[in-house]
Amino acid sequence: MIYENSETILAVQGLRASISGTEILKGIDLTVKSGEIHAIMGLNGSGKSTFAKVLAGHSAYEVTGGSVQFEGRNLLELPPEERARAGLFLAFQYPIEIPGVANTQFLRLAYNTVQTQRGKEELDPLEFDDFVREKMKLLEMKPDFLDRSVNEGFSGGEKKRNEILQMALLEPKLSILDETDSGLDIDALKIVAHGVNQITNKNNATILVTHYQRLLDYIVPDFVHVMQAGRIVMTGGKELALKLETHGYDWVNANKHSIAGVIA
Amino acid sequence: MSEMASNDYLECLLKSWSTKPTESLSWLNQLRAQAIDRVGAQKLPTKRDEEWRFTDITPLTRLPYQPSQPKCHLQAHDIEHLYLNEAKNRLVFVDGHYSPQLSKIIDHSALVIGNLPAFSSTHASILESHLGQYTQFNHNVFAALNTAFLRDGALILIPKNIAIAEPIHLLFIATQNEVTSYPRCLLIGETGSNVTVVEDYVALQKATYITNSVTEISLAANAHAKHIRIQRESTQAFHLANCAVSLAHASNYQSVSISLGSQISRYNLDVRLTDEAAECVVDGLTLISDRQLADTHTCIDHLKPNGTSHQQHKCIVTDAAHAVFNGKIIVRPHAQRTNSSQSSRNLLLSKTAQVDTKPQLEIFADDVKCSHGATVGQLDQEEIFYLESRGLSEVAARNLLTYAFGAEIISRIPVTSLRQQLEQAVLNQTQSNQS
Repeated sequence: MIYENSETILAVQGLRASISGTEILKGIDLTVKSGEIHAIMGLNGSGKSTFAKVLAGHSAYEVTGGSVQFEGRNLLELPPEERARAGLFLAFQYPIEIPGVANTQFLRLAYNTVQTQRGKEELDPLEFDDFVREKMKLLEMKPDFLDRSVNEGFSGGEKKRNEILQMALLEPKLSILDETDSGLDIDALKIVAHGVNQITNKNNATILVTHYQRLLDYIVPDFVHVMQAGRIVMTGGKELALKLETHGYDWVNANKHSIAGVIA
Repeated sequence: MSEMASNDYLECLLKSWSTKPTESLSWLNQLRAQAIDRVGAQKLPTKRDEEWRFTDITPLTRLPYQPSQPKCHLQAHDIEHLYLNEAKNRLVFVDGHYSPQLSKIIDHSALVIGNLPAFSSTHASILESHLGQYTQFNHNVFAALNTAFLRDGALILIPKNIAIAEPIHLLFIATQNEVTSYPRCLLIGETGSNVTVVEDYVALQKATYITNSVTEISLAANAHAKHIRIQRESTQAFHLANCAVSLAHASNYQSVSISLGSQISRYNLDVRLTDEAAECVVDGLTLISDRQLADTHTCIDHLKPNGTSHQQHKCIVTDAAHAVFNGKIIVRPHAQRTNSSQSSRNLLLSKTAQVDTKPQLEIFADDVKCSHGATVGQLDQEEIFYLESRGLSEVAARNLLTYAFGAEIISRIPVTSLRQQLEQAVLNQTQSNQS
């Protein structure tokens, strides 16, 4: 939701990034304020997932220009773990499987690492168990989820729910959900969306990276940005997503010059 | 290494056989005599032998260590930390010699357990039909040597339809420097029996010695056995081990073998599925550093239809260590509807670490399901990033992933206290390597 005079959480200006010498992001501008939900839409290869990974600090990408301020700090200077501790969270499109590590161990390790950095108390296994079970109810997850290895043998829906569970535990300032809707049936999508809606509030912000409008029926964005060839070419309100759904991305090409930049 | 040297070495070892065993069992003496003949007819393997091409045992040939003598000064408090809380029955062998004082046998009534010679008269015909019948020493000089020096050994016989709930701990402790010990184990699972055995090789100090062990396991129809093998010898030791398993109709063998110790180690595991519908799960983990060499050779031989075998072997190699895995799966012409999978996964944590992995499938039946795969690599960058994005430092992420790589195998050990000991060992190793 848009609030008046809310603080700026993320300020991206002219961001450029390459992988193996190929430029993917070609000058991105984006401002995200506390309380807001932004959707970044675009076709495969438009650079939207790269944008998400660059913000989270993936070492395969080289930032070649521009700046990113996160709550007033230079985000690009921080290694990925510092970004996470500062309150940036990326829900992965393809969450990694870690056989041999129980989900509960992993979740507690991540939670305690971030808590310690924020000057808060760590939770011992019993305390954490109570805490995490409460959060799991939000996502309608079965208790055996905790004892299984991290994401190993999880269905697509279970992996995505596990990502949102981590988001719920780590209480980030800014969450970036990279194609969280992909591979989910409608029931799973509703559960995940419900979980995200419970977590968002006026003190945090969310960026939804998605290909399809479907997710936005359940998590209603304040802004919709269309990405193409490494740039944001159009920005609008939630109705823009519906237009895209009806007219397709070709429509963007015909209209981008007339509408682009209206709100941004 | 010249052939002369190798034969001198063997001759030298055989001379020490002059201290004759005391029992007068003719079949046992015959078995020993055959083994001695076979030692005389063989040479020590060199890298020119296909089965030994990655493992150079030249350093061993410079050490014609005499057989260890029974002189045990250990007290219970010296080795209590090695005991497993879960194990009700424990057999302890010090330098290959049975120690009744340190052993603990509770289940006299339910099963047959103890030192081999104690049963030579009461169970002569059973011993005769099993001992030395599974490990072929005709073409295996180390198995022949072990058999030639056969004296003490662990005997476990689980009678028909008896299930032993608690694991049995076979603890082999090395204490003497510059000796060879010849541990021996025989596990017989009668029809419908069930048992868990932990075969555990440890050293109390950094000594140089040779362990040459032979384990034989025979499971009758519908018998189940879980076999956990831990090799945590001194890092200056040489460990040469042969294990042969024979599986009858619908029997089930599950093994986890962990190699941590020894300067040079070699483990040969041969599993024969001799009748229909036998099943085995054979998992292994090698975790080595410095200049250690650990070689695991397995052969899973499907002789009859409807058998199942699943194998996962993992190596974590750091510094200038060298791991070898050779996994042969044979599916004989009549072994239709065999279902077999094999996976060899290897993690190299330094530029000088080395792995040689060789899956070998020999399939002579046409209606089978067999899969195999081998990977060698470093930690995955995407996995590290995933953990970093959750707030873990790069070092913590690497440690966790390395730990997890090994823990996947360790987690299959059904003995909690042992699992915890090993998890700690992996944690110590991963942290010392990357701090």
